[in-house]
Amino acid sequence: MTPPAAGARPVVLSIRDAALQRGGRELWAGLDLDVHAGELVAVLGPSGSGKTTLLRAILGLEPLSRGSVTVEGEAVEHRGSRSIGYIPQARPLPRDTSLRGRDLVTLGVDGHRFGFPIPRRGDRARVDALIDAVGARDFADRPVGLLSGGEQQRLRAGQALADDPPLLLCDEPLTSLDLANQQAVIGLIDRHRRDKDAAVLLVTHDINPLLGKVDRILYIANGRFTLGTPQEVLRSDVLTALYGAHVFVLRAGDRLVVVGAPDAEASHHHHDHGADA
Amino acid sequence: MNWNDIADAMFGGLPYYGEILALVSNSVWAGAVLGLVGGLVGVFVMQRDMAFAVHGISELSFAGAAAALLIGWDVVTGSIVGSLIAAAIIGVLGAKARDRNSIIGVLMPFGLGLGILFLSLYDGRSANRFSLLTGQIVSVQTGQLGWLIGIGAVVLLGLLLIWRPLRFDSLDPQSAAARGVPTTAVSLGFMLLLGLIVAVAVHIIGALLVMALLVTPAAAAMRIVSGPLSVPLLSALFGFVSAVGGILLAIMGTLPVSPYITTISFLIYVVCRVIGSRRDRVTRAARA
Repeated sequence: MTPPAAGARPVVLSIRDAALQRGGRELWAGLDLDVHAGELVAVLGPSGSGKTTLLRAILGLEPLSRGSVTVEGEAVEHRGSRSIGYIPQARPLPRDTSLRGRDLVTLGVDGHRFGFPIPRRGDRARVDALIDAVGARDFADRPVGLLSGGEQQRLRAGQALADDPPLLLCDEPLTSLDLANQQAVIGLIDRHRRDKDAAVLLVTHDINPLLGKVDRILYIANGRFTLGTPQEVLRSDVLTALYGAHVFVLRAGDRLVVVGAPDAEASHHHHDHGADA
Repeated sequence: MNWNDIADAMFGGLPYYGEILALVSNSVWAGAVLGLVGGLVGVFVMQRDMAFAVHGISELSFAGAAAALLIGWDVVTGSIVGSLIAAAIIGVLGAKARDRNSIIGVLMPFGLGLGILFLSLYDGRSANRFSLLTGQIVSVQTGQLGWLIGIGAVVLLGLLLIWRPLRFDSLDPQSAAARGVPTTAVSLGFMLLLGLIVAVAVHIIGALLVMALLVTPAAAAMRIVSGPLSVPLLSALFGFVSAVGGILLAIMGTLPVSPYITTISFLIYVVCRVIGSRRDRVTRAARA
């Protein structure tokens, strides 16, 4: 892993002096973050620490209580943006959803367009290209409700990449996926940032599937945060200082386990959703 | 009542079918428009899990129509006002499914009760009383039929204009918002269109039976197809066949239209369910 030399590449996402309040309580304050082109930054921290809200603030869907966000040099003012790709958590779609796999991707291409639903020239080719890019050719024409969680998540990735976004935001994109599908989805995200030199900000509760891919980690806990490379952040002394409680980072083979973090989620749990019956 | 009476009630008008059909041709048109547009709207009702909301809106629409009848207003206007008030309340207060269901549960008996009160106070022709609850399209006046057809056309146009953002929002509101779809406006726009088509349906099939044209056709279509075009088209076709078929069968005799429409739409659903479950079994067997 070679972290890109900061400053050498253009800054895609810039957050300055950001603070976030929820229900009168300050979740965190004074956050400065620059994410450069081609860089993958993971956001870690216990649940309720405002990770998802940070992504929603970058998308313009929720206001920060202080500070500013700029994407590609422009302040975020509108709700939602097509130059930001957004991959949500893998929630299984209802079985009777009246869409095929390819329609999920198509929504990324034309889902924002008002007016009579007449396809534009080039739409179909674009959708086919996206389906190939996420390796969904084999199941693109089956009803989405019958696809596995991993297959659905690949299609969501295809939807998010519709406009070749220079910034990709991922909110727990690996939750409830098995290991093979986790690797497949990470592979897609990683390839997009390399091919298109895109910046990626990825919220996760388990860093292990990303080790080797992630350049820097933003660890939010206890109203504070620390930012640095995995070697700098994932250390017992650093996290102990951050949490203000004894926290241990243990190595088990090539995996890392954070032990003793108050109010943190277990570092790796796999939800059964029974969609693969 | 014996079999002869029943046969007479069902088929007594057959010798004069041509003349009767000419008399009610506008009703057939109105039924056709409602069947088609109701089928299309129903697809989104199913996707957004709003079947209960349809029922809630229709009861307030009934109350509005009954109030209009009582104070001598135009009944169609009354039903639209009631519909839109209900749709707005549900749309604004019930963004989440759970909130929505409790709000509808509260509104529905209130609306129905108000409507029954207004009808009891009204001392006009008694045929008008029942028709709002159980529908009697052939008794709607020609001028009002024109209005109903016009409103149906407006709903169709509006639905087509917001079709893609509405589909995105119905499937995944978070991703839709992230990509810049104005999800709140799209949701409220849909509630407005839903309110209008429910008001039309109240006059054609009756407040209690609105779901037969706004829910059943889409539910049936979703049993056997899954494409983004095939589901709406098939649902519209089912709605059309139920509404027009119901009217054409009913005018053979003296029975009301609504039971014919609800029965056809139900039978279509049953057939689709059987086909769907048989196909499920085949695919599962093939995969195993």
